[in-house]
Amino acid sequence: MEYNQMELMICAAARDLEDGATVVVGTGSPVAAAMLAQRTHAPHLCLMFEAGGVAPILPALPISVGDSRTFYRALMASSMPDIMETCQRGMADYTFLGGAQIDMYGNINSTMIGDNHSKPRVRFPGSGGANDLASLCWRTMMVTVQDTRRFTDKMDFITSPGYLTGGNSRYEAGLPEGTGPYRIVTNMAVMGFDEQTRRMTVLSIHPGHDRKDVQDNCGFELMWAADITETEPPSEEELIILREEVDPHGYIIGRKVK
Amino acid sequence: MGARASLTPIIRSEKRVSMAEEDPARITGQKDLFTDPDPDKARLFFRNKSRALVSKLSTVEEVVHSMVHDGDYIAIGGFGAIRMPTPIIHEIVRRGKKNLGLAGHTSTHDFQVLVAGECIDRCDVAYIIGLEARGYSSNARRYVESGKLKITEWSNAALAWRLKAAAMGVSFLPARNLLGTDTLRQSAAKVIECPYTGKRYVAYPALYPDFAAIHVHESDVYGNCRVYGASMSDQDLAKASKRVVITTERLIHTERFRENPEATFIPYWCVDAVIEIPYGSYPGNMPYEYYSDEEHLIEWLQAERSPSGFKDFLKKQIFDTKNFYEYLELNGGIEKMKKLRARELLIDR
Repeated sequence: MEYNQMELMICAAARDLEDGATVVVGTGSPVAAAMLAQRTHAPHLCLMFEAGGVAPILPALPISVGDSRTFYRALMASSMPDIMETCQRGMADYTFLGGAQIDMYGNINSTMIGDNHSKPRVRFPGSGGANDLASLCWRTMMVTVQDTRRFTDKMDFITSPGYLTGGNSRYEAGLPEGTGPYRIVTNMAVMGFDEQTRRMTVLSIHPGHDRKDVQDNCGFELMWAADITETEPPSEEELIILREEVDPHGYIIGRKVK
Repeated sequence: MGARASLTPIIRSEKRVSMAEEDPARITGQKDLFTDPDPDKARLFFRNKSRALVSKLSTVEEVVHSMVHDGDYIAIGGFGAIRMPTPIIHEIVRRGKKNLGLAGHTSTHDFQVLVAGECIDRCDVAYIIGLEARGYSSNARRYVESGKLKITEWSNAALAWRLKAAAMGVSFLPARNLLGTDTLRQSAAKVIECPYTGKRYVAYPALYPDFAAIHVHESDVYGNCRVYGASMSDQDLAKASKRVVITTERLIHTERFRENPEATFIPYWCVDAVIEIPYGSYPGNMPYEYYSDEEHLIEWLQAERSPSGFKDFLKKQIFDTKNFYEYLELNGGIEKMKKLRARELLIDR
């Protein structure tokens, strides 16, 4: 079956979420990935939303991370401090973040562009819950389009921590041990992070792309896994569930990938 | 779930930089702390706060006139356009309140409206400008990019825990987020070391707002109230704030609380005024009651694209409407609310 880039990204992200895990999601493609995982290999994946929703049976894609869909037929409608404290205790396995810039250590900017914080050239919303989730969940994931503007070694602002300056710097700063960026799913490849240097490392390349595409669309030097594979394309089953159950109106999978 | 433990390798940091050797810029926020975290000053205020079990029924006009003063630091309950006390926010704009400080704790349409009225001049930011999946408010963005708003950065959990510290009556709470980032650098937080384990924590200063408006499902005349669905930070917000107004979908009898006291979400002694305003969260979502009016929220975003056109839009929507119900009527009134109720309850009409 034919598929678009957004569908491939969502399917690739969904496969990383194993059954029985907990995942804190926002709106957009991460919710679609989590819903797809629930309807395929991970029926007992537990979704959590930062405003308080726990284990909802989502009737539709939520517009806000606090709207009533996020606790529809849920096991608990809790509070923001409760969800964040659950993350801080070590009970949240995955989270998904987005941002305007990301560097080779997985640090993310969702605050501003410019060099004067008091008068930014471009202002974005800020952390919201992103810094909290990046700090406190075990594994941080990102689904994003890849280009040299977004994947950069010149960060205007670090909103949410990745591996900071690499090596052990994340834990030396006081962030919980064993936490950090885990997977970056782009429109060209899937990346992880090197165990020693903590630099972004390409694990698989999507069909139709090659190493040159992936490196040319990244503003810093990527590392390459020893056994790079081709990303498995979406299966017919995944595509049907995604189009008919998860996002029937095409709010996310219908978006143009710029 | 035993198998899950093995999924995550344990990484131990080999060296620990002591706080004394650390670069101060890495462990001390550089921005202003807009409110005083002193718990004894707060106790003196709360010592004199009325505990009388008396009717607190009031009106939007009276509350905004007597409880919100130019220069106050305010906080809005709910979560952006969810369980939002719209009538209070509109009245603050209508009355031209100025130089307010704001807790920007996932502040979406509320921030957009307060900025449209140019009511706020400083903000503790977790999330501003955006309306989540709907896009950005271009007017709010212009306002912030112009440098008119003094900003101190935080995060949603940081503000939640700052309110919790105030609710507990302590001057700070330790937590493990923000460390190592520019968000910390552009905050007003300080890093401390645990006296037991030597681990580093951000010490979040207690946040005691001067005024908070919280929209709830049910309240009695004394201010005992109930909220259904996700509660965000509103329980701590009600405890932390010096003056609290409750806007409620419905007034219910006090006997209902006595029958089921474990369901009380906020007790009367936190509350200074109660206003019954059905549909008061419009155009926001009120869980189990009505969904957000997405068409109207998009209309706001589109109107803001042209600054002159937005002036007319704002005049029509807020300055030329006498109160919230004129605004609601202008945007579809009860017929609109029936549609939004059906949308909330997933009823195909």
